[in-house]
Amino acid sequence: MADHESAQAHTLDLVLESCLESVDGAEEAILQEAKQLGFDEDDLHKIGIAVRECMVNAVVHGNRYNARKKVQVKVSRTNDRIAIIIADEGGGFDPASVPDPLANENLLRFSGRGVMLMRAFMDEFSVSPREPKGTEVRMVKYKPSSKC
Amino acid sequence: MSVKLTTRQVGDVTVVDAVGRITLGEGASTFRDSVRDLVASGHKKLLLNLAEISYIDSSGIGELVSGFTTVANQGGTVKLLNLTKRVQDLLQITKLYTVFEVFDDEAKAVRSFA
Repeated sequence: MADHESAQAHTLDLVLESCLESVDGAEEAILQEAKQLGFDEDDLHKIGIAVRECMVNAVVHGNRYNARKKVQVKVSRTNDRIAIIIADEGGGFDPASVPDPLANENLLRFSGRGVMLMRAFMDEFSVSPREPKGTEVRMVKYKPSSKC
Repeated sequence: MSVKLTTRQVGDVTVVDAVGRITLGEGASTFRDSVRDLVASGHKKLLLNLAEISYIDSSGIGELVSGFTTVANQGGTVKLLNLTKRVQDLLQITKLYTVFEVFDDEAKAVRSFA
């Protein structure tokens, strides 16, 4: 996490159960934050998809629905952007291990498109290991007027 | 709201009108089961009308692809009709526009199965 961000108060800080209801809950709560920043409907949809994909990864692939493991969601916002951190307690995740979903031989695969959608719909996307274990995903979306 | 599917027959083409969301969980499983039921009952020319689909996530995209391959493996065809801008964008980002035939005119889409 960037230094300037760690000094900010998070506007939203949730600890969620590892279940699909948490996916809907996180999406709804984060979209409320984004709405308050004034994102338009298209950007809200993109943020919603990115959050959903990230939460599904955390619940399903990270924590594997384990009731003893939680998903932590943190959101901070400034006038020009929303930053979202979603962290699980799973065994770790290397996005480079996901086969390229755009390769011709992978186009008809059932899964493996979530990370690509997060990258496509958010302005910043990074994955880092979490101590003592787990994965932390950080995504940022800037308001259109603040983009270069 | 999950997804609700209703079917109607136009000649030998089965038009599936889908309404709601196709996302991980109930929406995706409903969609998957419906497509499999249609194929099992001999419907092999499927035109999915997605005009009223408000939201698809990567699981929903996976179900579209799975439906496509399931029907193709049975010698049939799945085509898409009336995509919203958001679903169009998703298919472009995922390059699935190169896989699916997409129409915005139902009569033309039905004729394309001949």
